[in-house]
Amino acid sequence: MAKIVVDPITRIEGHLRIQAEVNGGSIKDAWSSSTMFRGIEKILRGRDPRDAWFFTQRFCGVCTTVHSIASIRAVENALGIKVPLNAELIRNLIIGVQAVQDHVIHFYHLHALDWVDITSGLKADPAKTAALAASLSDWPLNSPTYFKGVQERLAAFVAKGRLGPFGNAYWGHPAYRLPPEANLMATAHYLEALDWQREIIKIHAILGSKNPHPQTFLVGGMAIPVDPNSQNALNVDKIAEIGELLKKAKTFVEKVYIPDLLAVASFYKEWAGIGGGVGNYLCCGEYPADNSGKPERLWLPQGIILNRDLSRVYPLDQRKVTESVAHSWYEGGAKGVHPWDEQTEAKYTGPKPPYDLLDTDQKYSWVKSPRYDGIPLETGPLATVLVAYAAGHPGAKGAVDMVLQKLGVGPEALFSTLGRTAARGIETLLVARELPNWLNQLVANIGGGDLTIHNNERWDPATWPREAAGYGWHNAPRGSLGHWIRIREQQIENYQAVVPSTWNASPRDERGQRGPYEAALLGTPIADPAKPLEILRTIHSFDPCLACAVHVVDPAGGELVRVQVL
Amino acid sequence: MAKKRDGLEVGPVTGPDLWEERGISRRDFLKFCTAMTAALALPASFVPRIAAALESDNRPSVIWLEFQGCTGDSEAFLRAANPTVAEIVLDVLSVDYHETIMAAAGHQAEDARLQTMKARNGKYIAVVEGGIPLKDGGVYCCVGGKAAVDIVREVCGGALATIAVGTCASYGGIPAAAPNPTGAVGVKEAVPNATVINLPGCPLNTDNLVATIVYFITFGKLPVVDGKGRPLFAYGKRIHDNCERRPHFDAGQYVEQWGDEAHRKGYCLYKMGCKGPETFHNCSIQRYNERTSWPVGAGHGCAGCSEPYFWDSMTPFYRRLPNVPGFGIETTADKIGLGVAAATAAAFAAHGVVSAFRHDDESAGKKEE
Repeated sequence: MAKIVVDPITRIEGHLRIQAEVNGGSIKDAWSSSTMFRGIEKILRGRDPRDAWFFTQRFCGVCTTVHSIASIRAVENALGIKVPLNAELIRNLIIGVQAVQDHVIHFYHLHALDWVDITSGLKADPAKTAALAASLSDWPLNSPTYFKGVQERLAAFVAKGRLGPFGNAYWGHPAYRLPPEANLMATAHYLEALDWQREIIKIHAILGSKNPHPQTFLVGGMAIPVDPNSQNALNVDKIAEIGELLKKAKTFVEKVYIPDLLAVASFYKEWAGIGGGVGNYLCCGEYPADNSGKPERLWLPQGIILNRDLSRVYPLDQRKVTESVAHSWYEGGAKGVHPWDEQTEAKYTGPKPPYDLLDTDQKYSWVKSPRYDGIPLETGPLATVLVAYAAGHPGAKGAVDMVLQKLGVGPEALFSTLGRTAARGIETLLVARELPNWLNQLVANIGGGDLTIHNNERWDPATWPREAAGYGWHNAPRGSLGHWIRIREQQIENYQAVVPSTWNASPRDERGQRGPYEAALLGTPIADPAKPLEILRTIHSFDPCLACAVHVVDPAGGELVRVQVL
Repeated sequence: MAKKRDGLEVGPVTGPDLWEERGISRRDFLKFCTAMTAALALPASFVPRIAAALESDNRPSVIWLEFQGCTGDSEAFLRAANPTVAEIVLDVLSVDYHETIMAAAGHQAEDARLQTMKARNGKYIAVVEGGIPLKDGGVYCCVGGKAAVDIVREVCGGALATIAVGTCASYGGIPAAAPNPTGAVGVKEAVPNATVINLPGCPLNTDNLVATIVYFITFGKLPVVDGKGRPLFAYGKRIHDNCERRPHFDAGQYVEQWGDEAHRKGYCLYKMGCKGPETFHNCSIQRYNERTSWPVGAGHGCAGCSEPYFWDSMTPFYRRLPNVPGFGIETTADKIGLGVAAATAAAFAAHGVVSAFRHDDESAGKKEE
């Protein structure tokens, strides 16, 4: 068996490290570790609960709106605050644009280079590239001249010998399968998507003041005023601009992202049988259709799927969530604890840096192990799409069947690395098509004379009960997250967040159950242990949102392949 | 011929065609130069000088490190101004190491960093995002099994200059908020001998990063900074001094409740907790996302995110500042640091409107009537 260490795993948010064992060309076991800790939950104690979203938003600058929403919902839940419909719709627009923009960035800028060899695009025939692109979609930029220009630009860049962010990668690896023409097409769209994402995220700036880290959230509503007759509020001008940007977002998803996804996937169908993972899925649902706060009024349904069985969706119960620190660098017993009662006291017991390997028999990660009713769950676009599909959501059903049919695979193909990547595209498509409806509802509501954006009844902490506890769910681009808060004497007494990457990147629990990354890596083929491109494919398919790294380890003391310079 | 300016090789200047080869029209290029001249608060006569400096084909190498950050500054970097500018940014610089965007992983990624440090020793620019934990031997942030503090000392030690992007890298930021569980500090504190420019903000305004680099390439030296290490061109004045809602502050017109008529009309957010009067930053001029908006413009107060330790000194965010320091636009952060109390007392005495509402908070909001 060979030991491999990959550290850092790049093109993710944060710091992650995975150790695994390779034998006979595939992974026999793997361990996932996060190597960064800040202690924000501890920093939150004693502060004003109305400020919590501001702090938790800094959990992540990629999931830039996500923790604000979960945090605000938790405080509103604790204090029994009902949010005005306008605020709920503005939040939907912010959440939806986050999902669409973030998924496109993930596909092109964080994941595509695992499948697309950009250097091979230099050998492409631009006319054939244009023909290939035209066969997939009527996107206006699909011309031989355009692709020739991109190719020349790429060639000039390469000729200068300084590749910048494209230097030293796995170019030429035998696991790359795309013909040069497809590689050139994808490279061109990599550059286009870079421009596109900057453009459509202006919706966050209009509704939220800026991106990343929008700053108009409030406990009880939003701080962006709406008034068609004001220069200083969300008025007709700004609504029209949002409408145009939403149109642009939808067009790119339909004409570029989805066709590229299907084209690339068709060359990598064997990945529909790799990287499945734990086979249990969690989606908390998202996009309130009204301001009733009822889970059944969510546009994307919530629920749990167990053992890959799509015939049944179990209801979600937040009381069944626990976190174990059996293999995590925190104080506490091995047994899982519910977030309301949890502590986050760091206690590092790993090796002193610089180190070669973490001892995975002991504690080995800053990530805890969330479990639902004692079992590990995967969350993310695949869970979102599976729950919606199994629950009979009409849009999801249609989009999933279209993708499966185009790829010529059955529903079982969804439980895989490829399925995860495809589900991300499906979620993006659904949301991009739904976004204009929320804008229309907002317009109708404003037109009807409702200018309310905030419920002020419980703004003053003097109106709060002495003690309160609440939780807030949010289904984000990377999956479902929950924030749990306890408030006492107008201050935060305890705060815990269980986030998508905690579910997915979790180390083993007290029963030795693997987390989703660890389980998904089992059986992954490795063509060249010195260049474990395949590990990146499966790990990136989850869109990790922490700084991560991967090791492949031989417990019998075999050869150590350094995919990390220590 | 390549010229040397403060150790940075600049040139040769290859002429206006260069940018067109890169797919950028001359017009867009000059627009970018003009925007940068404005961002740097320089007169328009500097546009040709900036254009000439940028037309050199020598892209400075950048090693971008991230530690206890949230990647918000990297995300901000990806949104850099308009599309043309982002293209220019990619071509102006050679980003040889940046974990979020680089194609390489594992040891190939580390090799890219080491090769750059070796080949361009003393000539590359280090950009650092995120705080650096010092407690317990730095175990709270490791990359490749190495502690952040060791990596940052090695990389910044060999850099021509270091740019700390965001409040975490500048002053420790959110991980350094009380009780600072990991002993997080900013770059300057972790590497005292390095030349460090701070671009705080949560996240930084990417226009200010581009402008700092353009300043550096154009003038061959780093911009002048205040006592907190921030370039004066971006942090020389308070939010309050250039705020679009300032006339409402002066007129005693305040938002009293979220969504009230005053809020819809764009009145001053001071009473809702705005920290603009104590915050030195150019948000009110530069704005965000291609100048689309900024917090106060969109109806929420400034949080003071470019000030050191703002997570402790500016919170609770929705409680208004007890003392608004001074009213003159000439004030700088350093002067305020010297005598906040005296200046505040004098200013309040001289300013009838504000002293009126200090006596009676409720009445001030109704003054517009």
